[in-house]
Amino acid sequence: METSDLTKIFGTLTAVDRVSLKIDEGEIFGLLGPNGAGKTTLLMMLSTLLKPTSGSAAVNGFDVLRNPGKVRESIGMVFQDPSSDELLTGYENLKLHALLYDLPESKTKDRIEKVLELVDLSERRNDQVKKYSSGMRRRLELARGLLHSPKVLFLDEPTLGLDPQTRERVWRYIERLVTEENVTILITTHYMEEADRLCGRVAIIDHGKIIVLDSPENLKNKLGGDVVRVKIQNAQIEKLKRLDFIKRIETSDEMVDLTVEDVGKNLQEILRVIGEAEFVEVRRSTLNDVFLCYTGREIRAESETPEGGWQERAVRAGLNR
Amino acid sequence: MSARKVAKGLYALWYREFKVFTRERSRVVSSIVTPLFFMLVLGRGIGSLVNLPGIGYEAFIFPGFLAMMVLFTSVFFGTYVVWDKRIDFLKEVLISPLTRATIFSGKVLGGVTDSMIQVILLMLIGILLRVQFDVLGVVSAVFMLFVFAVGMVSLGLVIGSFMESPQGFGLVGTFVIFPLFLLSGALYPIGGLPSWMAALTQLNPVTYAVDGLRSALLNVSSFSFLFNLTVVSAFSAAMIALGTWSFNRMKL
Repeated sequence: METSDLTKIFGTLTAVDRVSLKIDEGEIFGLLGPNGAGKTTLLMMLSTLLKPTSGSAAVNGFDVLRNPGKVRESIGMVFQDPSSDELLTGYENLKLHALLYDLPESKTKDRIEKVLELVDLSERRNDQVKKYSSGMRRRLELARGLLHSPKVLFLDEPTLGLDPQTRERVWRYIERLVTEENVTILITTHYMEEADRLCGRVAIIDHGKIIVLDSPENLKNKLGGDVVRVKIQNAQIEKLKRLDFIKRIETSDEMVDLTVEDVGKNLQEILRVIGEAEFVEVRRSTLNDVFLCYTGREIRAESETPEGGWQERAVRAGLNR
Repeated sequence: MSARKVAKGLYALWYREFKVFTRERSRVVSSIVTPLFFMLVLGRGIGSLVNLPGIGYEAFIFPGFLAMMVLFTSVFFGTYVVWDKRIDFLKEVLISPLTRATIFSGKVLGGVTDSMIQVILLMLIGILLRVQFDVLGVVSAVFMLFVFAVGMVSLGLVIGSFMESPQGFGLVGTFVIFPLFLLSGALYPIGGLPSWMAALTQLNPVTYAVDGLRSALLNVSSFSFLFNLTVVSAFSAAMIALGTWSFNRMKL
């Protein structure tokens, strides 16, 4: 999968701004970014649902503009929003999908059983989707995206709204897909642990641009240390600024986060300079720290977007129907 | 794309529409009861005032109500495209390997099936009420209704592809349907109308569907069955072309 200067402009808004990526076969690539950063728009272009304003993209070796049919045959997609028919049962939705993707009839049944098993919906297969909880709908979406064994899989927030058990199973399955079937996966997520766990490389994207691209490990190392969170007065902060092993100081509410090189050795020195602190906590830096460092703000929860989260929309659509 | 893939895709889309149709029984019942109610009330009510030579008014408006039923259910079928956009089901279909033309055709098949099931039920009720139609007439009428339904479902899908909200579809749909119905001669003979109204009526494709049905079922008509069928077919073909185009340019 490859993009070159891929751009999408909606009116005055540049949703995706000259993005160039190269993702290898069998790689799990993570796309991280705040809401509205352009992740979904990028996925829509790669899956031929949106035409790029300029630039080019190829998926599984097929150009999205010149060969959209071939691209669509190669890909599977798990959307952020539920896209199953509520009046059909889980099984019927999957059967419909198998027909749309021309799965051989002989394999369809087994394959549906397998994916239902995977997302733990076997027992609810004959219930209409409108009777499913939002987590179950999500799992059905996932089952559907995997059903036709695509070469390239796009996962837009695949584990949003799932309980920890199911999430763990889904992660393990995603990993297996890559090792056993050499599927290439492009995943967008707000869960940093998910990106950390799954992705070989991640790109942090904001305002339509790629800000940084590397392996989660390298990104964490680049931060230059671990995090010490303390509760102290402003006067003490001034003193800390003189210590050169403190790479960064960030204040949020009453707490101060210090990024510290070689914490094991330097913690004592910090505590000595501060004198008395109300609260001290030391932790390893995570991908979350990396994310905040580059995007400079907390990740906004999905439900804070103006149109509401997908669960809300599902409920509303259900009510209206 | 191979013919098998297209055929499976069409079947998939039809399968979905058909399943949804059978699960919304209230829709089926209300869509049959409404025209039946209109037919009996108008037929008896106005029929007691109007005297049409040869046939009674009730018989005269029966083909008009068959056309009404197909017109309403077919055009309003387009509403489901808007719903598909809302629940994002449309994305699932648009991202599949099928071409937009195939997706449009599958939708038309689904919508026409809905309309035909309902209109055939209505027709059976009509036949039960007054057993006068001959077999050839009924078959010709069903064929006419089919061709007509294809055009009207396509029209509904065209409107649906442009609309964002089901409410918006309701407004536009009603705005399109009522003039088509009222200016079709479904309720009155089209001879002897004021000239402006006659002109509008002659431009209305529904007129020819109604007239064709009347000729098939009652042997009373202004034009020949074949002429009517030709006009309705041409209209439907144009709507298919327009629908394919509008699905090709449809955005999410």
